[in-house]
Amino acid sequence: MSTRFVLNGKPVAVNAEPDTPLLWALRDNLGMIGTKFGCGEKFCGACTVHLDGVAVRSCQTAVSEVEGRRVRTIEGLSADNSHPLQKAWIAHDVPQCGYCQSGQLMSAAALLEKNKNPSDADIDAAMRGNICRCGTYNRIRAAIKSAAAEMRKA
Amino acid sequence: MDEIKNIESTSRRTFLQASAAAGGGLLLGVYLPGSVAEAKAASETYHPNVWVHIGEDNTITLLSARSEMGQGPYTSGPMLIAEELNVDLAKVKVKIAPPDTKAYGNALLGGAQLTGGSTSVRDGWEKLRVGGAQVREMLIAAAAKKWNVDASTLKAKDGVVTGPGGKKATYGQLAAAASQLPVPTNVTLKEPKDWIVIGKGLKRLDTPAKVSGKAVFGIDVSRPGMVYAALEQCPVIGGTVKSFNATAAKAMPGVIDVVQISDGVAVVADTFWHAKTAREAVSVQWDEGPGAALDDKAMLEGIRTGSASDTVIPLKAVGDPDAIINGASKVVRAEYLQPLLSHSPMEPMNFTAHWHDGKLALIGPIQWQDAPVGVISKALNIPPESITLETTFIGGGFGRRIDFDYAIQAAQIAKAVNKPVKLIWTREDDMTHDFYRPQSVHRLAAALGDDGKPTAMTFRMMSQSVTGRVFGLPVAVQDPLMIEAALAPYEIAATKHDIVKHEAGLRVGYWRSVSHALNCFANESFIDELAAAAKKDPYEYRMAMLQNKPRFANVLKLAAEKAGWGKPLPEGHYHGIALMEGYDTILAEVAEVSMKGFTPVVHKVTVAVDAGRLVNPNIAEQQIEGGVIFGLTAALYSEINVKNGRVVQNNFGQYKMVRMNTSPEIQTFFVNSTEKPGGLGEPSTSLVAPALANAIFAATGKRARQLPFSPENLAAA
Repeated sequence: MSTRFVLNGKPVAVNAEPDTPLLWALRDNLGMIGTKFGCGEKFCGACTVHLDGVAVRSCQTAVSEVEGRRVRTIEGLSADNSHPLQKAWIAHDVPQCGYCQSGQLMSAAALLEKNKNPSDADIDAAMRGNICRCGTYNRIRAAIKSAAAEMRKA
Repeated sequence: MDEIKNIESTSRRTFLQASAAAGGGLLLGVYLPGSVAEAKAASETYHPNVWVHIGEDNTITLLSARSEMGQGPYTSGPMLIAEELNVDLAKVKVKIAPPDTKAYGNALLGGAQLTGGSTSVRDGWEKLRVGGAQVREMLIAAAAKKWNVDASTLKAKDGVVTGPGGKKATYGQLAAAASQLPVPTNVTLKEPKDWIVIGKGLKRLDTPAKVSGKAVFGIDVSRPGMVYAALEQCPVIGGTVKSFNATAAKAMPGVIDVVQISDGVAVVADTFWHAKTAREAVSVQWDEGPGAALDDKAMLEGIRTGSASDTVIPLKAVGDPDAIINGASKVVRAEYLQPLLSHSPMEPMNFTAHWHDGKLALIGPIQWQDAPVGVISKALNIPPESITLETTFIGGGFGRRIDFDYAIQAAQIAKAVNKPVKLIWTREDDMTHDFYRPQSVHRLAAALGDDGKPTAMTFRMMSQSVTGRVFGLPVAVQDPLMIEAALAPYEIAATKHDIVKHEAGLRVGYWRSVSHALNCFANESFIDELAAAAKKDPYEYRMAMLQNKPRFANVLKLAAEKAGWGKPLPEGHYHGIALMEGYDTILAEVAEVSMKGFTPVVHKVTVAVDAGRLVNPNIAEQQIEGGVIFGLTAALYSEINVKNGRVVQNNFGQYKMVRMNTSPEIQTFFVNSTEKPGGLGEPSTSLVAPALANAIFAATGKRARQLPFSPENLAAA
């Protein structure tokens, strides 16, 4: 029942039943707590991670689906808050309670990998799967635009 | 304004007495500076009072008496300390305080060690600054003694006390000596002109941890040997276990034990997924109890029609408004209905408990620190001294975590299995086992004079008392949280306000902005209805009744100006306005709305706020924006239904939220003020529904008197 995959650039193995959601394998088996449980049904986006560069909801991704693939979590965005999005999140002081922000950042990171100059409509489309109950949406939008501008300069 | 203040302070006294009488370990909160003995007991850490610690390594730590759930006390609290210690905010670390009612009680909440009521800054405003100033004066006194100079020649700044002839010592170097000195009782606080921290829009101290994934919320707690629990609770809240069969569950992978506790049957396993999966294999026979008959439509109708057990409690009466209304030629009457709501914070309920060697360690996200100790002590029949409680970061509270059912459950499970155990609720558990915002019915009536102004008004609020359940407030005593924002600021000669307490049968809880939202929706919709009946502009109509209320008039005017009230809007866009005082803050909102059939689209919300002095304008703006989104979700979508005693909605598919694509532009404008700080975590939530209702009326001519403003409710309006 061991599943092998690449987590934030390093090979890992998880001993869990194949239908175990990646979310719980990350959290309980691998101790990666940055990825959050919000709804378990793909409604809220708190558990968003990247699978081969694409944003997925880890609560509805079986661990068997990631065998041999690359998974990136909030811990893999950077080791020191140096990713342009993390810097922009700090500059705009986005989080309130902060619980949804790992998922917000991972959705935003997937967007900016494909599109370094997102319009408001692009941001709406990429971020509408992530709920923030504290209502930080406007600062998230502003931070995404700042980070995109920073990435265009680089 | 004065009248409102007087009534609020009267009710607050009632609240204090009631809270104390209700027992539960609640004491009136007074600020007690730590004694010299306590300072000595703290050994190497300077401990002049219960709020501030200075280590010999020069670290300054604030023990925060309030939970961090997004509203910012882990930044605003340290700012108040840093100001009086004359240090950069970055120099102050923060830790959460342990349960200690005497030391950390909230004077604005009956002395309970509780985070709620938008009180963190208001309660801390004096005592944290005094605490910081005491430390500063003691460090100076220690240096004066050491150098044998007059204290008045010394300065404490940037972590260093300096004196004549280039004498210097760091706060840390002076800490031990300072700890031997008496705590000064009279300290002078810095003048506002000398402030270097207060009033600055500084970045939150908790942001870096919240963007790296490293912040530890309750759900992230880990202890050596920890196991996980999932709890099957009765689908009817209040139901109890008759019997259960766990044979199949016990044979499933990773399962350690299956135990019955007060609220249900818990499956304990090596991972949460194993516990959750095995929980589905447990079959439980429930005694569903009286709750099985509950239906939200019948509950609301019960509140509307009333029952013999209802208690009518007068709030305020001036003149004889009934006689005036009965004899008037122009009368407006309206009834407003509001549904049950769920809190639904993003972090589902969870708690970690560890029972070992006769001691119980509790760790988790919670808004109330002292009460759980007493309650859990009784529930487990263990002495309160054997219980410790540590509060983590909270993934949203909004009032839900004032209740601590999940902490009691975790404690019971831990005692049964003798291991550290983390109980995690699913989203479905969370939504179907909330303490819901109560339904309410408001009935208002007014007579209009020839000039269109109201000559008399009556107001009746009918709802369920949360304070009765939480604090044991007697039924006959006015619930101070039901009267919030019941008295609108407008000058009307004859008025009568009363509150009807009705027990509707479902457990109810405090929900962000509590009755401000309920009462403000009724009052601010109704004043708009009166303006329409008088054929007056809703803004001008309000202004004409605020001639002796300059702070209200100022805020209303600011909101109108900034929103462009009365100026041309884009095709199909309409404005609605609303005004309120809550938590010592006065604010007005203008919503800009268009309609897609019966669906309102909110484009922009403009907020004008007089919250007195702002400790941190950055966090203040966050709270106003967040409160608007929270209120908007409720106004557009939220309704909890109950059928056969079961909550119908169980996840975000049915209980919709405002999202990025439906989030309006929000502009916030603060009045420059030297008044004491007002609360900011909640008030902006309350004004969204009435501002939106008034904009919908402007757009459609239809009056939306029932929340939420769903296409169904608007079509029926």
